[in-house]
Amino acid sequence: MIRPLEHIIIPIGLIAVGGLLGWSFFLAVTGDTGERLAAVALARVPDSGVSNPVTSVLLNFRAYDTLLEFAVLLAALLGIWSLGAADTGFQPAASVLDGMVAGFVPLLILSAGYMLWVGAYAPGGAFQAGALLGSAGVMLALAGHRNAGLPSEGRLRILVALGVFVCAMTGLLLMVAGDGFLTYPPGLAKWLILLIETAATLAIGATLAAAYLGGRPTAHPTSGETT
Amino acid sequence: MMIDALPLAVTLPLIGAFAVTVSPLHARGLGLMAAVLTAASALSVTAAVWSDGVLRADLGGWGVPLGIALEADGLSAAFLAMANVVALAVSVYAGGYFKQESARHFWPLWLLLWSALNGLFLAADLFNLYVTLELLGISAAALGALTGTREAVAANLRYLLVGLLGSMSYLLGVALIYAAYGVLDIGLVAEAIEPGPVAWTAMTLMIGGLILKAALFPMHFWLPPAHANAPAPVSAALSALVVKAAFYLALRLWLDVFAPVLNEAAANLLGILGAAAVVWGSWRALRAERLKLLAAYSTVAQMGYLFIAFPLLAATPPGLARDNLLAAVVLLALTHGFAKAGFFLAAGMVQKTAGHDRIDDLGGAAQALPAATFAIGLAGVALIGLPPSGTFLAKWVMLEQAMILGLWWWLIVMMVGTLLAAAYIFRVLSRAFNREPTPYRFVNDARTELPALLLGLIATFGLGIAAQPLWVLLEQGAFG
Amino acid sequence: MTGQVLYAQLLYGGSGILLVLLGLWSFLVHGPLLRKLIAINLMGAGVFHILVAIGYRGIDTPPDPVPHALVLTGIVVAVSATALALAFGKRLDQDDD
Repeated sequence: MIRPLEHIIIPIGLIAVGGLLGWSFFLAVTGDTGERLAAVALARVPDSGVSNPVTSVLLNFRAYDTLLEFAVLLAALLGIWSLGAADTGFQPAASVLDGMVAGFVPLLILSAGYMLWVGAYAPGGAFQAGALLGSAGVMLALAGHRNAGLPSEGRLRILVALGVFVCAMTGLLLMVAGDGFLTYPPGLAKWLILLIETAATLAIGATLAAAYLGGRPTAHPTSGETT
Repeated sequence: MMIDALPLAVTLPLIGAFAVTVSPLHARGLGLMAAVLTAASALSVTAAVWSDGVLRADLGGWGVPLGIALEADGLSAAFLAMANVVALAVSVYAGGYFKQESARHFWPLWLLLWSALNGLFLAADLFNLYVTLELLGISAAALGALTGTREAVAANLRYLLVGLLGSMSYLLGVALIYAAYGVLDIGLVAEAIEPGPVAWTAMTLMIGGLILKAALFPMHFWLPPAHANAPAPVSAALSALVVKAAFYLALRLWLDVFAPVLNEAAANLLGILGAAAVVWGSWRALRAERLKLLAAYSTVAQMGYLFIAFPLLAATPPGLARDNLLAAVVLLALTHGFAKAGFFLAAGMVQKTAGHDRIDDLGGAAQALPAATFAIGLAGVALIGLPPSGTFLAKWVMLEQAMILGLWWWLIVMMVGTLLAAAYIFRVLSRAFNREPTPYRFVNDARTELPALLLGLIATFGLGIAAQPLWVLLEQGAFG
Repeated sequence: MTGQVLYAQLLYGGSGILLVLLGLWSFLVHGPLLRKLIAINLMGAGVFHILVAIGYRGIDTPPDPVPHALVLTGIVVAVSATALALAFGKRLDQDDD
C-alpha cells in the first residue's frame, strides 16, 4: 500500500533538499576560496609542539573545542549513570573466549599506549587510543567481567572526569602564569599536549567502557545480583 | 599574573563539575560554591562590557582564523547576566530541593549545562558553537530525565533526538560555510559572506536547526512533555535558559553572520511561525490541567513573541528605531527568562507541598504558601505583560514599531496572545485563592521560596522600571 | 584546483549528501527508537563525509587538517549522544517488562 506522506511527499521534499544541498556544495567547493585554513594551519604545525597536523589542530590550535568535547563525554556518562545501576552483565565466558580475551586485552592496552605516543607524529592520538582502551573494556564485559575491568566507583569517578579536569586546569594555570588560556609556552607545548592526551586517553577509555555497561557501577563489583 | 574572565566563566563550572563528580558526598556544598564563583565571573564579564566595551580573548594565543576566540558584546553580556542570575537562583533552590541520591546526579550535570550556556553566549566560532550546543542538549536531556518516571524519560529521549537532528542541520550549514569561505570565526565569516545559494542554504540549515531547538511552532511538540516532567529547578532552567540560548544564537547569526543575505520572505516566515506559536501555545496553556504543563505551553507562546521580532527587525531601517526594537526584543527574552524561572520554581514548591500540580485542585495554595503564590502572581504579571514589567515595555516598543511600519497584523497577534496569557494566569490565581483563609506564615521554606520570589520581582519591577541599563549595554556591539 | 581534486571532492561530498538524505528520510519515516538513532548516525556520517571531502586537496598534497579535527570532535560528540539515547531507550524497555 502506498502511504502518500511516507512514499511521495517526504521523498519528493528530500530530493528537492538534496538538489539544493548538492548545488550549494558544488558552488562552495568550486568557488574562489583558495586554501581555506590548510595553508595557515600547516605553516604553524612546527610551532605547535607536535608534528601531526591533526593533533596540532585538536590539542593546540582548537584545544578549547577538545576541552568542551571531554565535557560532552562526561555529561553523557553522568546521564547514563543517573538512570540507574548497570545490568548484571553477561555470563562468564568459557575457556576459549576467556583465553582469547586474556590475550587480547593486554595487546589492546599496549596498542593504546602506542597510539597515544605516535599521535604526535603520525595518525593516532588520544581519541584513537581511548577507543582502543574502551574496546578492551567492552571485550572484558562481553566475556562476563561485570565491571568491564574498571576500578571501584570512587576511582572510576576520578578517571572519567580526568580529561575535563587536566585540560581545564592546564588552561587556567597557563592563564594565571600569564601565557593566556590554553596557550602553551613554546618549549613546554609537547609535554603539556602529552599530559592532556594521557589524561584524555584514560578518561575516554574509561567513559566508553562505563557507557557500554549502561548504568552506574554497583557497590560490589564482583558479586551479587542487583536490579 | 593575568586573569581573563571570559574563559573563567566557561571553565569554572567545568572544574566544579569535576569536583562534584569526584566527591559526590559533598555535591551540594561544592556545587553551590562553583555556582557562586561561576556567576561572579560571568557577571564580571557583563560589568566589564558595560564599562569597557566589547571583550575578546584568543584562546591558545593563535588568534583567528586558526584559533578559537571568545567574545562578549552587549548582546552576549545581557543574555549572560540573565542566565547567570537565574542559574544562581536555581542553584540555591536546588540546594534545598534535591536530597542525597538525586543531588549527586543533579550537580555535575547542572554545572556542565551551565558551562555550555556560558560557552554558547561567549563563543565567536561557528564550530565551537556546535560543540556547546551539543553539550547543552545532552546535559539538558539528562537533567530533564532525573525524576526517572517513564513520561520524563520518554519525553527527554524525544528531546535528545530532536536536539540531535537540529545540531546535525546546524553542522551541515557550518560545513558549507567552511567550504565556501574557508573560515569559522563569526567576524571573518561575516566579512566574507556574499548573497548567493551557498549562503542562503547555510542560513536555512543553521537557523532551521536552531528553531527546532528553540521549539518554534510547529517544532514545539517536544517541549511541553519534556519541560513539564522534569524536576522543578530543571524545568526552570530548561524553559528560562536552554530554549533561550537557541533563540540567542539564531538572533546572533541573523544579525551578525547572515546580515547581507537576509530577505524579507525568510523573516516573514519566522514571524508567521512565531505568531502561530503565540496563539497555539497560549490556547494550550489555557486548556492545560497541570500547572507545569501550563508553564511549558506558555514558554512555547513566549518564544513565539521573540520570533515575531524578526519581520519587524527586517522591515525597520538601521537607526535609532531599530536599536530600540532590538533592545525591546532582548528585554522581552530576559524578562521571560526571569519570570518563567520564578514561575517554575514556585510551581515546584506548590507541587511539593500539595503533592500534585492539578490547577483545579489548587484551592488554598495561596493560604498555605503565600510567598510561592505571590511569586507566581509576579511572574504572571511579567508573562502577561502588565506594567511595570519588562514585558510591558518590550511589547509596547514592538507594538509601536509595528504600527509605524503599518504591519498591523502582528499587532493583532500580540494582543490576542496577551489576552490569552491574562486568561491562563488568572485561571491559576483564581483557583489558588478559592478557600477560606487560614493563618500561615508568608515564607515557609526560605531556600526554595526566596529564589522564586526574587526572580518574579526582577521580572516585574527590576527589568521594567530599570530597563535603561539594557539599552546602554546593547550599544556595546557590532550591530546597528 | 585540478580536475582530479574537484572530481574526488564532488564524489565524496555527493555521497555524503546522499547519506544525509537517507538518514533524514529514515528519521522522518520510521518510528522505533533504534531506527531513528541509526538514522541520526547515518546523517552524522554524511556530514563528516562532506567535511572530509572539503579537506581533500589531492594525492600529493597534505589534506587540510582543520576539517579532520572537526570530524574527530564530531564523532566523539555523536558517540556520546548515541550512548545516552540508548540508555534512555533501555530504561524505557525495562519499564515495559
